[in-house]
Amino acid sequence: MPRMNVRYLLSVLFGALLTTLAIASAHAQQGPIRVGEINSYTGPLAAFTVPYRNGWQLAVEEINAKGGVLDRPLEVISRDDGGKPANAIKFAEELLRRENVDLIAGTFLSNIGLAVADFANRNKTLFVASEPLSDAVVWSKGNPYTFRLRPSTYMQAAMLAEEAAKLPAKRWATIAPNYEYGQSAVKAFKEVLKARRPDVEFVEEQWPALFKIDAGATVQAIARAKPEAIFNVTFSIDLAKFVREGQLRGLFKDREVASLLTGEPEYLDTLKGETPEGWIVTGYPWQAIKEPAHRSFVDAYQSRFDDYPRAGSIVGYNTILTIAAMLEKAGSTDTAAMVAAMKGLELETPFGPITYRALDHQSTMGAYVGRTTKVDGRGVMVDFRYANGADYLPDDATVRKLRPGN
Amino acid sequence: MALEDFVSFIVAQAIAGLASAASLFLIAVGLSIVFGVTRVVNFAHGSLYMLGAYIAYSLVAVMGDSFAGYLLALLLAAVAVGIIGGVIESTLLRRIYHAPELFQLLATFGVVLIVQDLTRTIWGPDDLFAPRMPGLDGAIDILGHAIPTYDLFLIGVAFAVLGGLWLLFRKTRFGVLLRAATEDRQMVSALGIDQRWLFTAAFVLGAALAGLGGALQMPRQAASLSMDLSIIVDAFVVVVIGGMGSIAGAFIAAVLISELLAFGLVIFPQITLVLIFLVMAVTLVLKPSGLFGRPEFLTAEDVRNPDPPLQPSDAIAKAGWRVLLAWGLVAPFVLGEFSTVILTEIAILALFAASLHFLIWGGGLITFGHAAYFGLGAYGAGLAVFHLSAGMAPALLLAPVAGALGALLFGWFCVRLTGIYMAMLTLAFAQIAWSIAFQWIEFTGGDNGILGVWPSAWASDPTVFYYLAFLVCAAMIWALRHVMFSPFGYTLRGTRDSALRSSAIGVDVMRHRWLAFTLAGAAAGVSGGFFAFAKGSVFPEVLFVSTSVDGLVMVLLGGMQSMAGPILGAIAYTEIQTELNRVTDLWQLVLGVFIVALVVVLPRGLAGLSALLVRRRTS
Repeated sequence: MPRMNVRYLLSVLFGALLTTLAIASAHAQQGPIRVGEINSYTGPLAAFTVPYRNGWQLAVEEINAKGGVLDRPLEVISRDDGGKPANAIKFAEELLRRENVDLIAGTFLSNIGLAVADFANRNKTLFVASEPLSDAVVWSKGNPYTFRLRPSTYMQAAMLAEEAAKLPAKRWATIAPNYEYGQSAVKAFKEVLKARRPDVEFVEEQWPALFKIDAGATVQAIARAKPEAIFNVTFSIDLAKFVREGQLRGLFKDREVASLLTGEPEYLDTLKGETPEGWIVTGYPWQAIKEPAHRSFVDAYQSRFDDYPRAGSIVGYNTILTIAAMLEKAGSTDTAAMVAAMKGLELETPFGPITYRALDHQSTMGAYVGRTTKVDGRGVMVDFRYANGADYLPDDATVRKLRPGN
Repeated sequence: MALEDFVSFIVAQAIAGLASAASLFLIAVGLSIVFGVTRVVNFAHGSLYMLGAYIAYSLVAVMGDSFAGYLLALLLAAVAVGIIGGVIESTLLRRIYHAPELFQLLATFGVVLIVQDLTRTIWGPDDLFAPRMPGLDGAIDILGHAIPTYDLFLIGVAFAVLGGLWLLFRKTRFGVLLRAATEDRQMVSALGIDQRWLFTAAFVLGAALAGLGGALQMPRQAASLSMDLSIIVDAFVVVVIGGMGSIAGAFIAAVLISELLAFGLVIFPQITLVLIFLVMAVTLVLKPSGLFGRPEFLTAEDVRNPDPPLQPSDAIAKAGWRVLLAWGLVAPFVLGEFSTVILTEIAILALFAASLHFLIWGGGLITFGHAAYFGLGAYGAGLAVFHLSAGMAPALLLAPVAGALGALLFGWFCVRLTGIYMAMLTLAFAQIAWSIAFQWIEFTGGDNGILGVWPSAWASDPTVFYYLAFLVCAAMIWALRHVMFSPFGYTLRGTRDSALRSSAIGVDVMRHRWLAFTLAGAAAGVSGGFFAFAKGSVFPEVLFVSTSVDGLVMVLLGGMQSMAGPILGAIAYTEIQTELNRVTDLWQLVLGVFIVALVVVLPRGLAGLSALLVRRRTS
């Protein structure tokens, strides 16, 4: 008997809960379009994510000032995962189940991006992965609900490999943090460079632990192999240490260096007076990009935040532009319609037009490739060009093999 | 020629290693002094190091145009951090020296959170890279290698500090008192020495050394918000290898580790992360109190057992347990869908905390590496899904096996040690497991983790999964409690209260502890397995020291002297973190202040609240 009563009680309660939820979601239809956003806003990653947040805030304000999307304002509900994937999943659950968001966007670290992508796939929710770099997000672990904006590890490494192939250097050394990002970047760089220059050999590999580089000893170990050129993947505090020790110990004298992401203000600005001369880098020379669409973005950003944009800012801005364009195309917040709209979505950004490829859900947003130099004690990029992401992806047949899910 | 090349390379590499050792020594020696005198495991030592770096950066920007100005900036930063350390000691730590020793750890963890957020608020999130030191901004040629002059300066400073500390400790009254306090605190106070003054002085000295270590890094690396946690574990490792409280030991251990890294990366460039922990594990197994530490001997006050023995629940406590259980059963229907997800997490973490509590309180075995068994459970389940395509049920069954096997292996080594050395060895094993998960990409997926670890179809509804997790975890917690009241549990508690007397009556102390380790490992493994399925993925962070710290915080927050403590702690910690996040970016600051306030006001944790109220009423 008691069990019967409990079951009856439970079913009544459950029914009441469902009704409440139905009412809540019906109510949500009339309000703003709700975008759930997750990123690592505290801890060491704040240097990257705060400019990114400024970027998306600017875009949301601009869009809402023009009346929103589908006659509804855009509302972003943002959460801080503190750099932990388990927290990101907790907040993805919260955004979906308590805040009733229509889609999820964001993430910076690759592992968090992958965790949220898998969550989105499981819960049949659209996920616009704005910043994570790992190739797995759209290839080996790609899923129907996840689309990625930023040019991937492979694309950026391929951009550098193309430049590296033009150099006379044959003996290369690599240095990369010993985790997935570093290993993938080195693999992609070797692959593309070898394809273009079969005569190249790799004579030394250094794999410092992430954020724990023993810079002096590492620099000497590379110098000992006497390479003609170096491919660098270290970033952030590892990069600063590596650059200073390398300059002091003469590692970069008469050697070409190709360095991933180092041209992004997030990394370059830290180096200040220590900025190495003539490194080939991918990055974002915000001061010098002359296109009108980009100029007006920079002006709006600077007047809104009294700060200059970083690479993350443009990614955050483009994330919201993507979502707005997708919603216009989809005409509703129905997930199936939104996913269909994302495939092949074309939009204008401060970097020019980009497309979300239907094939692998990767956007064709590119990056700038150029060389570093110092002006007034600050690092800048010169002799740069825009490398369109579409030109640095493998051919379709290869991509299909890399993305087994589709 | 080849030989000359080789020799010169060895010399250059050795100098680079010494320069790294210099900074490591400065940080570790401060930690060692503070621990030796006050017995506080100062988790905030890394935060003081970070503050030293940031303050030095700001001062260098103002006065760093000349060698003298730059040097003065570095020294002033050290002084400033010393003052900050004095403030922390006299306002916070002084109030809790009589609390259980782990509570001091919790308080310093609160300080870590506060300093982290304050630093971000004051200096901003960007990495700050100071210019080179004028006069020491170049390199000199040694056997054909360019060696930065600052490296040589740094090595000189380390030797100067070593010599200075030696003089201080051997030739001054203050130093003699510090050494005396390290050896026998009671005796010092019996001789009429004001301990409070001595403790503050030791803490200020340690803090200033940490600040100096951070400041001296400025010409070598950028100040960043990750400095605090990245250095603290390394510093502990150095202190433990050298022997707690030993200054020469800290120096030799720092040199040993740094040289191993400098040469290790030439031969095995991929192994650097594991190497340092391997060295610690091997050292502790061979020499349980570090290279220069003396075996921990007991003074009268060290045999402290202020807690009354655990009593079976009285009527009120029993009612409390029933209410908790009933609430767990109906809560999903009262609170809504997302709360079910949070409740699931709470149930899982409560079991994790309870298994840690079982070790710490039941066995008196302090561990800083409990994440190892939680993580092994999670990886056991995750790898079963990933490599064997196992379903949820077999994967979940594998989780406690993985946790228990890990605990069986690690425990065998750990139970041979006691106190802080045992805690550090558990940490070493956990960090080795983490390093393997992080870097062995083919097997574990590395940093990108294992994805797709979702519950089977029948349990995919969050409510169903919640009930599964809740019931299993509640049963496991009940079982742990049951063990506490079994003959084994009584014997274990006996070994905690007096290992000597226990062995005198024929109890095999080590075997009991080993078994307790394994049991706790199995329980933690279960919670790790559920955690994997709750999150749908497994990442190396489940094995990381931060997970162990989370566990400790939950146990301590809830209160050590009650079986309900870890559960209350899990509820409070999870809820606070989740809800604060919605409100503010500075959630770490608020959490840190909360923890510090709690430690000061309620040194027996949340579960102590009721005892406090009862006492108020009766008095």
